[in-house]
Amino acid sequence: MVNTMKWELNRRGFLLGAAAAASLGPTRLMAAEGPKKGGVLRLGVLGGDLAQTLDPASTAGSLDQMVQMMTRNGLVEILPNGDLGPELAESWEADDSLQKWTFKIRKGVTFHSGKPLTVDDVVFSIRHHIKDGSSSPAKGTLSAIVDVRADGPDHMVVELSGPNADFPYMFGDNYMRIVPDGTTDFLDGNGTGPYILTSFEPGVRATGKRNPDYFKSDRAHFDEISLLVVADESARIAALQAGQIDAMDRVGYKVLPMVERAANIRVLEAVGRQHFNFAMLADQAPFDNLDLRLAMKYGIDREAIVKLVLNGRGYVGNDHPIARNAKFFNSELPQRAYDPDKAQFHLKKSGLAGTPLQLHVSEAAFAGAIDMGSLYKESASKAGINFDLVRSPNDGYWATVWQKVPWFTSYWAGRPTEDWMLTSTYSKGAPHNESHWSNDRFNQLLVAARGEADENRRREMYWEMQQLISDDGATVIPVFANYVTLVSDKIAHGDVSPMWILDGYKATERWWFA
Amino acid sequence: MTDLVPMMIWRLVLGVLTLVAVSVVIFLSVQMLPGDAAEAILGQNVTPDTLEALRRSMNLDVPAGVRYFAWVGNLLQGDLGTSLASNRPVVDLLRERLPNTIFLAAVAACVATPLSIVLGLVCALYRNRYVDRALNAVALGASSVPDFFIAYVLIIVFAVTWMVFPPLSSIMPGMSLPTRLYQTVLPALTLTLATTAYMMRMTRASVVSVLSTAYVEMAHLKGLPKARVVWRHALPNAIAPIANVVALTLAYLVSGVVVIETLFVYPGLGQLLVDSVSKRDIPVIQVVCMLFASFYVLLNMAADLISTISNPRMRHRRNP
Repeated sequence: MVNTMKWELNRRGFLLGAAAAASLGPTRLMAAEGPKKGGVLRLGVLGGDLAQTLDPASTAGSLDQMVQMMTRNGLVEILPNGDLGPELAESWEADDSLQKWTFKIRKGVTFHSGKPLTVDDVVFSIRHHIKDGSSSPAKGTLSAIVDVRADGPDHMVVELSGPNADFPYMFGDNYMRIVPDGTTDFLDGNGTGPYILTSFEPGVRATGKRNPDYFKSDRAHFDEISLLVVADESARIAALQAGQIDAMDRVGYKVLPMVERAANIRVLEAVGRQHFNFAMLADQAPFDNLDLRLAMKYGIDREAIVKLVLNGRGYVGNDHPIARNAKFFNSELPQRAYDPDKAQFHLKKSGLAGTPLQLHVSEAAFAGAIDMGSLYKESASKAGINFDLVRSPNDGYWATVWQKVPWFTSYWAGRPTEDWMLTSTYSKGAPHNESHWSNDRFNQLLVAARGEADENRRREMYWEMQQLISDDGATVIPVFANYVTLVSDKIAHGDVSPMWILDGYKATERWWFA
Repeated sequence: MTDLVPMMIWRLVLGVLTLVAVSVVIFLSVQMLPGDAAEAILGQNVTPDTLEALRRSMNLDVPAGVRYFAWVGNLLQGDLGTSLASNRPVVDLLRERLPNTIFLAAVAACVATPLSIVLGLVCALYRNRYVDRALNAVALGASSVPDFFIAYVLIIVFAVTWMVFPPLSSIMPGMSLPTRLYQTVLPALTLTLATTAYMMRMTRASVVSVLSTAYVEMAHLKGLPKARVVWRHALPNAIAPIANVVALTLAYLVSGVVVIETLFVYPGLGQLLVDSVSKRDIPVIQVVCMLFASFYVLLNMAADLISTISNPRMRHRRNP
């Protein structure tokens, strides 16, 4: 069954059994009698921005992401347990070099417009992100692609500039939706997905009705979907309490104790890979000094942040970005604790005691960033480390503060694979390597692990990389924060995805009314 | 009456000049905000490569001055421009939201204006009595707390506890008028509570000052009934300041309801403006602000016109 499915890694290549692909049902997740069909799911989502053109290659807020997931499919699907499952690709395999990947495209799937899915649609959809002049957020992730082409009517071949054992995961990214060949106007939401778009008003609302020809027979349980942008958190909660919506996007950790008691509402929590961090620029003074960085890592009281900022909805981080539920999480790396003596020792050793330091915090990174900064300041001052908190406005934070000042707040939602996470945010020269950290051993290991097919050897390498980031890196990662939403108690669902909020934005396809 | 026409023309010219000044100020202030539309849209996904590509597709690589005059040129030809963020014509974005905002403002104004004028009269007639004091306390209380607080209180009472009105105003195209009104009750009520005090107090003050004049005393002395004194002698002479405050309140109802629209998820211009500012979407910001400014200019003109007409001395002013 799909939930125990692991794709085997061996030198002869990967093969995902077509048999497993055919039985897509998350049986383990269903109640005894299975999910019920029917009803209108009404969701209050965040992210009322107008930059929503339904172009898969544009960045947008929650509404756009939800619409993408309800109207379109990817080649593969990241399953709630973090594994990779088939979607529009039935199976995939790599050659011995791990550089040439072949995807077998599912037959008998049609777009909402009635046009059958062909390999040309898939090739077009992928090229759409990497073509010249593309501003797709996925462009960097896909930069290793040298060539994408059709190979006969059923197969697509992707050639990479270097070996990558985890490559198919990238097609599970939210941005990698498949659209018909030649699409220039994406607003009609034409796709192969579980719901057909019936109306879409950017930044305001979207509605959809069940796709009667959806190729997954055991998904898409609601008759209709109604997505409404409710930017204000209190308004979302009130609407949920009043029964005007059935589930909502993101709720702040602060208000949880107040809403938990409310009748007919429950908290839906997913232990994900999202982490909040403070990054220091490792390529310039003063944080090019390793002892100063270590002093900062020992000077933060992680437990207090989990308790006070997250209300217990998360766990302490170990200054590397790999989550506990990731495949290659280093479970033997000792957890770094709050240690004023060690912090003080490293501060003295750095010779930089008394240097004025400023930490830039902003709620643009995550709700609670300012509280987290204040707690940090408090615990560091007990260790004799003093710094100033600078509150930066949310507007323009990513353009004018992030990576522009020596020390700043950031967050990452996490990525489905270790390689993806580490390559995009810690590898030398990557635009999202926010701390500008560069470690030769790490960069060698990263490339080696990407091209390694043997799981044990990969594990060893990823474990060492986590240790390198934790001990030498320039990022303080105090906490991993769970995804928290509120839903009406009428909502039923299986295991909830650790990737992104609202079940990886797939609530419309995966949930049902109890 | 003939004096009115040149006055109105002169006011119109001034109004257009005001709009030009507003457009320059808005354009410059958006330029001064940190980050541009491309950076705002990409957020944490920004890379030098994608940033450059997006800027080029948005024409942001063209100097600001050139973009401003191109925008003015298009505007003069009736082209409101294209949103940078959504790449849709600004006209399309306004098509539904402008009527929605005007509808909400109209509902609130239809309730608030007569209500506050009547209450203001009552206060003036029974000044310093219990009715006057109680009405003033309630009205001032409602306008002293921030409008979003009134909104939350109304939501808790009417939507969450009693469940009689929806907390979110889902206005859909093609909705029937009663449904639309039902969906608009809470935001309209919030706006009514927030604006009544101002208009009521102004009515009270101007009627009180007229009631203390010699000719009102004369009217009383010659034995006219009280109602006739108020309606025929006092109120017409108190109209000018009332018209002014009503005009300003109406302009506020159209342009200043950003927070209320956001809270009730009312799909109007306010939400559009907030979204556009955070995305640095200059064409949309410009057009929405010009609309708001036009409302102010037009309503002020209307207020002046009404006070001129209501005042024979100004109507028949002799040239010096």
